[in-house]
Amino acid sequence: MVTAITFYILAAVLVTSGIMVVFSKNPVHSVLFLILAFFNAAGLFVLLGAEFVAMILVIVYVGAVAVMFLFVVMMLDINFAELRKGVMEYLWVGLLIGFILLLEMVFIVGGWNMTDGIATTITAATPPVNEVTNTDAIGRILYTDNIFLFQLAGLILLVAMIGAIVLTHRKRDGVKKQNIGDQVRRRRNDAYEAVDVKPGSGI
Amino acid sequence: MEIGIEHYLTVAAMLFTLGVFGIFLNRKNVITILLSIELILLSVNINLVAFSSYMGDLVGQVFTMLILTVAAAEASIGLAILVVYFRNRGSIAVEDIHLMKG
Repeated sequence: MVTAITFYILAAVLVTSGIMVVFSKNPVHSVLFLILAFFNAAGLFVLLGAEFVAMILVIVYVGAVAVMFLFVVMMLDINFAELRKGVMEYLWVGLLIGFILLLEMVFIVGGWNMTDGIATTITAATPPVNEVTNTDAIGRILYTDNIFLFQLAGLILLVAMIGAIVLTHRKRDGVKKQNIGDQVRRRRNDAYEAVDVKPGSGI
Repeated sequence: MEIGIEHYLTVAAMLFTLGVFGIFLNRKNVITILLSIELILLSVNINLVAFSSYMGDLVGQVFTMLILTVAAAEASIGLAILVVYFRNRGSIAVEDIHLMKG
């Protein structure tokens, strides 16, 4: 009973904040509602017994992705009212497409049930919760059976990092930087000059 | 009252639809489009974790983490492109982004 109530509260707040993400006039509010949605999704994951993914969701999404969105939204000087103009033109098209999509998903899920022999196809059965914790169990299969997926994830992040840096890096004029090569190459003759000063006249 | 897998699938379907709807509604605003994509990926994650939990198969949660990684990478690259574009053009209206055609 408690589980059901918790589920309905989390799901209701999740869907509501999803609606607010889409409909908010101010993108900063959209990002904040997205953070709320992530927190509620993490709650749903805890309810499903996937604590590790829930915590990862909070850390990665709320701690990194959402903050990055907030940075960009606040850093760029954008006239959001201008972007907002004419939004309602697309309301009915969007509603139609969304309705069709939802209908299709209802048809698919409505006529769906588990195959009988599905239990035999399980590749990594969840160990009993009172013996092995969720984090432990994921670690046992993530670093052994799924090591290539894990490495691939690391590679994707590396490429994304390099890409983001290369894209946003720029050379600025007038920035003083240390050039060690120039400093080492500098000789005494470059540094001073002997000037013969005549008496009574400046240089 | 028992909460079955259908409940989670329903929530995920609603979130997915909202994400697609958001892309259509906020056609001019790249940032909101990116946020909608995050919503869609979140709904996919909910689906994966729900199936993983109800079928007793842990691989679904490993997949969820892979999708999380891809989502983070996508968001960072998208925002980097956005920042560069804003620096060059002073605007991020989707309608202005038509210089690369042809």
